[in-house]
Amino acid sequence: MRIKGEPNQSSDHSPVKKYIMDQEMEQRIWEYIDGYCSPAEKALISKNLAENPAWQSKYTELMGIHVLLQSEEPDMPSLRFTKNVMEEISRYQVAPATRNYINKNVIRGITAFFLVMIIGLLIYFVGQIRWSGNSSDSLLPKYNLDAGKLNWGKLLNNTYLNIFIGINVILGLILADKFMQEKKNTRQAGHWSKGDSA
Amino acid sequence: MTGQPPDTEIINKVLKGEQSAFALLVERYQNYVFTLVLRFTENREDAEEIAQDVFVKAYRSLADFRGDSKFSTWLFTISRTTCLSFLRKKKLDTRSLDNERTGIQVENRESGFNANVVEQKSKHAMLNQAIAMLSPDDAQVLNLFYKGDQTLEEIGKIMRLEPNTVKVKLHRARQRLKEKMEKYFAHEVREIYAD
Repeated sequence: MRIKGEPNQSSDHSPVKKYIMDQEMEQRIWEYIDGYCSPAEKALISKNLAENPAWQSKYTELMGIHVLLQSEEPDMPSLRFTKNVMEEISRYQVAPATRNYINKNVIRGITAFFLVMIIGLLIYFVGQIRWSGNSSDSLLPKYNLDAGKLNWGKLLNNTYLNIFIGINVILGLILADKFMQEKKNTRQAGHWSKGDSA
Repeated sequence: MTGQPPDTEIINKVLKGEQSAFALLVERYQNYVFTLVLRFTENREDAEEIAQDVFVKAYRSLADFRGDSKFSTWLFTISRTTCLSFLRKKKLDTRSLDNERTGIQVENRESGFNANVVEQKSKHAMLNQAIAMLSPDDAQVLNLFYKGDQTLEEIGKIMRLEPNTVKVKLHRARQRLKEKMEKYFAHEVREIYAD
């Protein structure tokens, strides 16, 4: 088996194979130049570069391009650029960090709401499945999910639904309480800081 | 950057309300941002407008910079997204999003360059011409790696790619650049190889 980076000693020198070999050699040398190869690969490439004229020639080519790219200076905008930017930003303020105004409790509350809703619906639909039906022709249980046959009145008066609504109301109240508490705390903090400065 | 305050120090000053300190960041990165943007627009006026927009966006959302990457990486990410949205908004050339179209346009640009090839004297002018022939994505990878001093991981963050994909992209970009240089600037390339 050929080691990665080792030159192929095969006698087949078809143009396609030569092209592939060249590409592979280039890639190995670029990795060597960039310093992205393993110590074993590095040692092998160094050996190739010392012994193989084809590798040496390719290395000189690629190193020439690498040095040119490294020495390349970036383009410069107009001399007024900084001034223009500063004039523009003078009209703005740094926006508060997103993490400060996105309340994690709100996100948790929304997640809990949807989870409760999904679980409630799942419980209802599982309750609708006729597990003991005559389903000898099918391995799957028969579902009674015909929208026309759904007993919406039963669903709305169902004890489970009342529990489900109750949980959501409690969650909503907890969220509202937290929100009001935070508002109150902020107002108090502002009042104290004003008092301190006075 | 010897003797110059580090980016984090400047950012802290700006966040404390010292708006003028932001000018240091603008001066430090304007060339890199401008170069990156120029590869998307190829029009200096548009590029300046977009680059300015990039710095305004960076200023406004500076509080969101958490410092878990380099400031330059964060800034280049804003540059890339601003360029893409600018191109979409103006319904200009969206080559970076459409590789097939890129090929056609690059070929068209190449034919236009033939007449000017003889006039290219400086190696750097030649390199710039050759980079301009590449697709914006190829040019961007080269710019970020060589001019922006970004690692493969950082380029991956900016371009939303895996570092290994960036490695392949970088290799291909250099390969294409070499092909362009050898095809259109054979004389200068021989000099480079001989150096």
